[in-house]
Amino acid sequence: MSEEHAGGTAKKFLYVNRKAPYGTIYGLESLEVVLIGAAFEQDVSLAFLGDGVYQLAKGQDTKGLEVKNFSPTFGALEDYDVTKLYVEEEALQARGLSAADLVVPVEVVDTRRMAEIMEDQDVILSF
Amino acid sequence: MKFSILVNEGPYTHQASDTAYQFVKAALAKGHEIYRVFFYHDGVNNGTRLTVPPQDDRNIVKRWSELAAQHKLDLVLCIAAAQRRGLMDKSEAKRNGKDADNIAPGFRISGLGQLIEAGIQADRLVVFGA
Repeated sequence: MSEEHAGGTAKKFLYVNRKAPYGTIYGLESLEVVLIGAAFEQDVSLAFLGDGVYQLAKGQDTKGLEVKNFSPTFGALEDYDVTKLYVEEEALQARGLSAADLVVPVEVVDTRRMAEIMEDQDVILSF
Repeated sequence: MKFSILVNEGPYTHQASDTAYQFVKAALAKGHEIYRVFFYHDGVNNGTRLTVPPQDDRNIVKRWSELAAQHKLDLVLCIAAAQRRGLMDKSEAKRNGKDADNIAPGFRISGLGQLIEAGIQADRLVVFGA
């Protein structure tokens, strides 16, 4: 795989977000990798599975938790040319959410399609 | 094959670091190359030389240091994750006005770009933990 990318061709990076935005630091530190990684001009996608879909939920208020609400940062991803955001349909439905409840436009895909997207990647970072 | 490794959990609480270590050791024994081991989230705690486990337990940090010395491994602690959790090398301690450093031999502190580059350079990036 490294040979075919030796000429500087971009690899396909997928960041898989599986955890709720607060309670653990995984969501925030995953987003930090995405922002730093953007400078490397790779072919980047983000996937949100399970409780990870809550990271994109509108109306987050973290004042009582005394931690930073990082959901507005997802709105800035477009400026970093990160525009492929896939959200698992079953995860949204199980939590009573729809695409309209999310802070950014996403592509809602079922678990089968999500598996195909994963299959198509070179590098998967799961948090 | 050329592997890069991401360790996302600290020592002792989670098995991730143990499994990553066994994987790296097995891969090297089979003649594979380890391009880099990157420690992120609580994984940076695998790089403190101040750990003192009970004598009848494995010494996870020392084990990584020894493997690094033996195979010239590149063990990298994420700087942002390390700063949050109090992992310091000499220059970071000085830069941040701290009175001590605690990084173990064989580890170095660097940026998240090293993780992305590890993904680009390796044939496979294998994630342990999280």
